[in-house]
Amino acid sequence: MFAFIIRRIIQAVVVMMVISLVGFSIKSKIGDPVRDLVGERVTPEERAQIADKMGLNDPFLIQYTRFVKQALKGDLGRSFIYNKPALEVIVRHAPATLELLIGTALIIIFVSLPLGIQSALQPRSLLSRFTMSFSTLGVSMPVFLTAILLIYLFAVNLQILPSYGRGETVDLFGNGYWKTGFLTHDGRMHLILPCLSLSSIMLPLFIRLIRSEMMEVLETEYIKYAWAKGLSPARIWMVHAFKNTLLPVITVFGVQMGITFAFTILTELVFQWQGMGFIFLEAVERSDISLLIAYLVVVAGVFVLVNTVVDIIYGFINPTIRIAGTR
Amino acid sequence: MASFIVLVIFLILAITAPWISPMNPYDSHNIDIMNSEIPPMWMEGGSPEFILGTDNMGRDMLSTMFYGLRTSIIIGIGAVSLQAFIGIVLGLSAGYMGGKTDAILMRIADIQFSFPYLMVAIFIGAVFQLLFGVGSYERLAIPLLTLIIGLSNWPMFARTIRASVMGEKNKEYVEAARVIGLPRFTIMFRHVLPNSLTSVMVIFTIQVASAIQSEAALSFLGLGMPVTRPSLGSLIRAGQEYIFSGSWWITIFPGLWLVVFVLVINLLGDWLRDVLNPKLYKG
Amino acid sequence: MTHLLEVRDLEVKFALRSGDITAIDGVSFTLNQGERLGIVGESGAGKSVTGFSIINLISKPGFISKGSIHFEGKCISDYTGSQMRKIRGNRIAMIFQDPMMTLNPVFTIGFQMIETLQAHRNISKADARAIALEKLRKVQIPSPEERLDQYPHELSGGMRQRIIIAISLLADPAIIIADEPTTALDVTIQAEIMDLLQELCETENMALILITHDLGVVSQVTEKIAVMYAGKIIEFGPTDKVVHTPVHPYTIGLIGSIPGATVPGEELRQIPGMMPTLSNIPEGCAFNPRCELCEPICTQKTPELEEKQNGILAACHMK
Repeated sequence: MFAFIIRRIIQAVVVMMVISLVGFSIKSKIGDPVRDLVGERVTPEERAQIADKMGLNDPFLIQYTRFVKQALKGDLGRSFIYNKPALEVIVRHAPATLELLIGTALIIIFVSLPLGIQSALQPRSLLSRFTMSFSTLGVSMPVFLTAILLIYLFAVNLQILPSYGRGETVDLFGNGYWKTGFLTHDGRMHLILPCLSLSSIMLPLFIRLIRSEMMEVLETEYIKYAWAKGLSPARIWMVHAFKNTLLPVITVFGVQMGITFAFTILTELVFQWQGMGFIFLEAVERSDISLLIAYLVVVAGVFVLVNTVVDIIYGFINPTIRIAGTR
Repeated sequence: MASFIVLVIFLILAITAPWISPMNPYDSHNIDIMNSEIPPMWMEGGSPEFILGTDNMGRDMLSTMFYGLRTSIIIGIGAVSLQAFIGIVLGLSAGYMGGKTDAILMRIADIQFSFPYLMVAIFIGAVFQLLFGVGSYERLAIPLLTLIIGLSNWPMFARTIRASVMGEKNKEYVEAARVIGLPRFTIMFRHVLPNSLTSVMVIFTIQVASAIQSEAALSFLGLGMPVTRPSLGSLIRAGQEYIFSGSWWITIFPGLWLVVFVLVINLLGDWLRDVLNPKLYKG
Repeated sequence: MTHLLEVRDLEVKFALRSGDITAIDGVSFTLNQGERLGIVGESGAGKSVTGFSIINLISKPGFISKGSIHFEGKCISDYTGSQMRKIRGNRIAMIFQDPMMTLNPVFTIGFQMIETLQAHRNISKADARAIALEKLRKVQIPSPEERLDQYPHELSGGMRQRIIIAISLLADPAIIIADEPTTALDVTIQAEIMDLLQELCETENMALILITHDLGVVSQVTEKIAVMYAGKIIEFGPTDKVVHTPVHPYTIGLIGSIPGATVPGEELRQIPGMMPTLSNIPEGCAFNPRCELCEPICTQKTPELEEKQNGILAACHMK
């Protein structure tokens, strides 16, 4: 077990090294740290001088080591469009994206569970058939198109929901870092459409997953035995079958939220949502390499961290889960 | 089966786009900016010359959609062929050789798999665009997009191939091939691979749908096909802002076009999976 | 006198796309209080379906198409779902074949015992726990307190089957239906579990329906035997008589194939051929293609179950 944890951590470190190496190569090839620092209105001579002072003419490896050292201290370069440290720009925009993900997760949980369970219990009912065919359509629908259709319907035609921005936000900790939209009515109204369109890609998948897992569980001997014990249907479905269904669903849920994160970039563009995806696109459009690389390192770091932690937790649970959970 | 027929119709439309389209949207001589934002012919202000109306640049919607479909399909199939090539070569080597090769290749696949492929594609696209500059990126868009989407989603193939090779390689006919002294390479490609082909076919179909969606997403983000040579994604992107002024058709038509196309491929994929019932890698 | 359980002319069908298939065809038997009945047959003979149909838990798409089941004088085959629920696990308990799959892996033993009691009685958790402990002691489980907080995967197969027996004892049922309770266990543990079941039935005055393919097991535990073949009871009678003087050629073959029933050194006998599938049952006596005594009448007319000799009922034209 201990060896497994060490191996897993070493792997995470190696992955981060590779990613930072890729990031740094890109940065040193197309980045322009001098401009990031002093802007474009300097003479070529001054530029050369500053470049020399910043160590931009040092060998690649020395520069890379410096990059890693600074990154470990939390310095990922300077964003010239915001004229702030790149990391700070990302951290300030992260809550907006995180709230999108939270809202999406809530919608997924509260819609896919009842629908998935319902269509497992009554696979032939009209609602189940409707759900299943709708979910095939949902998979084929690109998230940005869903977003545009939702805007067209609710914001342009019906004019009942806002179409862009985060609306009124409240500063959660009083230090300006986390401005939340969950606490105001206006903020929540602004969350609805982006979260709906984000959840539209994952919902079909979850409804199908919950349905098939639940149907599989309902066929097991222990559910039949639960009937033979004289338990009520409600208890058998909502306690026995539910918990067995949930375990595999939760693991998939984690993975899918990671994928949803990628889709936030599209959603944030459509809704002009000032989150991480939005500043990423801004960085691409205006060639803010430092911000771009900082984004790469932060996002990759979060993914690697989450995956590593999840894997290690799994390592702990797995021996029992493997024997008990999956037949 | 109906989905198969629709798919064939889509393919024919894409292949014959240059001949059946009312106009060539790539040719600026045909485009008259005065014709911009004409609604579909059945609406007020519509003209029978432009059946589905025109976009913001005065191009016939129907023609741009035919051409857009063509572009999407070229990139989609190209990218998946690349994925399949990488995936099959690596998956076969990993599965057949086992040991260290297997461990390393699968670890790489796992690691890439742990990042969402769309994220990977978007990032590679962004870097390419900065590296080449917007101008040459747009000129090279088709091969670059093929490369990006190909690179971002190969592990799926590799894992599935490996899984079926692992299942096949201990079977007697492989033993027999080894006993008569066939070289490894021959055994892998001539004997083991054909037995993995059903899985490859199913995945190929599903992946084409996903690649076309990725292409649309990249184009929508401005990292894909330029508006002058639009794919379905860039058409949707171009029309997005006009939705507020009521010119919904510029976005909605290519959008629906894309949805129906992807839906048809997905249905075909589901059908293939049910019929061929291969052992697919789960997870 | 009314019997504890009376199954009359039971017919169970499975609704398949190609049409209905009859799995059980006119099965009748009775069971008195404290009586132990063995139902014997090859797999597919309909013995498990018979067991499940008593508590109306036949797997879909099966359904009772004819006949009745009376329990304590009431016709339970007409009961609604919620009426039936009060019988299941309470008055009639069931033990399944594979203890590895019977307990829900994600709940503790205690949880699964207490919920059973609470489903049938208005009882506090603490009281239910006390009863659960008492029953665990009855099935001779070492350190029962610890078991209550353990998950099924932490216990061995034999231990789990004991726990399942304890669960079936919880509500002091009148009948226990045990469907191949030892088939999935090691041979050494099989005997222990069977002894335990027999002893419990005697001390608690419970009736037992033991469903098994193993005539040896039945002959040691039960008082009556019903031999099933292709959905029908073809021989029914007191255990010792059926075992020693069987009537039906199928039963004779079955007993002849038990190791130890023949003279040492002699070859074990085998019944030639295989039991027909349910969709493909031959005309007349279902056993006729495999029967040494087969005569023309056997392929034309289905024999009725009737008294043949010293209290044994059998369905055979030739005896």
